[in-house]
Amino acid sequence: MLKRYRDIAGDGGSNIVGQVEALTGRVRARMARVRRRLAVTSGKGGVGKSMLTTNLAILLAADGWRVGVLDADLNGPCLARMLGIRGPALRLSPEGLHPAEGPLGIKVLSMDLLLREGPVPLVWEAPTQDHSFVWRDTMEATALRELLADTVWGDLDVLLLDLPPGAPRLPALAGLLADLDGALVVTIPSEVSRLVVERAVELARAHAVRLLGLVENMAGHLCPHCGAVGDLFVRDDGPLEVPGLPTLARIPFDPRIAHCADRGRPYAVEHADTAAGLALRALATQVRTLLSPAEAAR
Amino acid sequence: MKLLCVACNEPMQVSSVEGPEEGSVSVSFGCATCGQRVALLTNPLETQLVRSLGVKIGGQSVGHEPLEVVRASLAPQSQGALHAAEGEAVVWTEEANARLQRLPPMARPMARTAIARYAREHGVTTVTPELMDEYRAHAGF
Repeated sequence: MLKRYRDIAGDGGSNIVGQVEALTGRVRARMARVRRRLAVTSGKGGVGKSMLTTNLAILLAADGWRVGVLDADLNGPCLARMLGIRGPALRLSPEGLHPAEGPLGIKVLSMDLLLREGPVPLVWEAPTQDHSFVWRDTMEATALRELLADTVWGDLDVLLLDLPPGAPRLPALAGLLADLDGALVVTIPSEVSRLVVERAVELARAHAVRLLGLVENMAGHLCPHCGAVGDLFVRDDGPLEVPGLPTLARIPFDPRIAHCADRGRPYAVEHADTAAGLALRALATQVRTLLSPAEAAR
Repeated sequence: MKLLCVACNEPMQVSSVEGPEEGSVSVSFGCATCGQRVALLTNPLETQLVRSLGVKIGGQSVGHEPLEVVRASLAPQSQGALHAAEGEAVVWTEEANARLQRLPPMARPMARTAIARYAREHGVTTVTPELMDEYRAHAGF
């Protein structure tokens, strides 16, 4: 009887399993100097994940944490711009890719820093672009793993990972980054968003990813003139909730948030005393507590 | 994937890997028992599928280079930025660095990036206080 797959040790010399383990090991080795890894995610697009990531990064750095930010949205990268970084800002050495330095020393890596300036889409060179849907997701997962493993993050207190929209993104990241400390889930107060986000939450739970809590963005409209908060979304049944997930913050919409992001300015610092600024500040404090309960207890 | 020599009922080993050429990789396998040889020829889609995994058929023969899959796979229209990143090329004098430090911490990274880009655009490889003055006048500050 012919031998079956399981009867044969090895794979004839390619050692594909060993190569994959080595890749995973490189991520682990690089992450050994990163104390905490936090993803910012949502099943839904356009809910403000990047806004939240950049402002959290600024606030945590202002508290003295050494912060890194990885823009894991390879096809829609915007974090570098939102943090005020322009033009060639990366350096490659035998040690790895040295990230850009943002405000307050934040280490920043985003695909837009690897692409030529201007409206340049991310296109992977390949023997054929036909049927690229077959391999593109795999390519992006491999690229993300390389960005994690080959970036000289140095010693960080926290690495924030801004994920692209889509429920499977968080479980996929957890597969690459086994020691992910948790994720913040972002939504806006609409039923459509809640439905999409709840599905993403269920998928994350099925993969045993730790979820720190929910952040409701655009929770009301903050008038930049009088400071009053009015409705932006009309809800018939009270504040939005996701069962089993604590709501950590409700951040009102302030047109200055987008204005600051476009200019690469830190809203949470420049408008610290607004309702949105205070909500972001309180969220940063909660995140620190959740990620470092022992530190918070001191 | 494993190849089995049917005549000997023994696994075959990779003996050589050639390509990719026109998108195809040729992987030769041999049977250590009977010497039988076969070649596996991939089509471009199969080649790309393996490449996208970040692994190499036949095993890694050379040491890992940082960001090697990303750098090799970014399409040509994107490679200018990567080369610029590799080159960096702009050096800051001590005086220029000291002057940069006088700016508020929030403003330093943006100023450093903008001045370095101005230097590169003008073919200058060393940032000096004089160049910073020039940039300041150019930017209208």
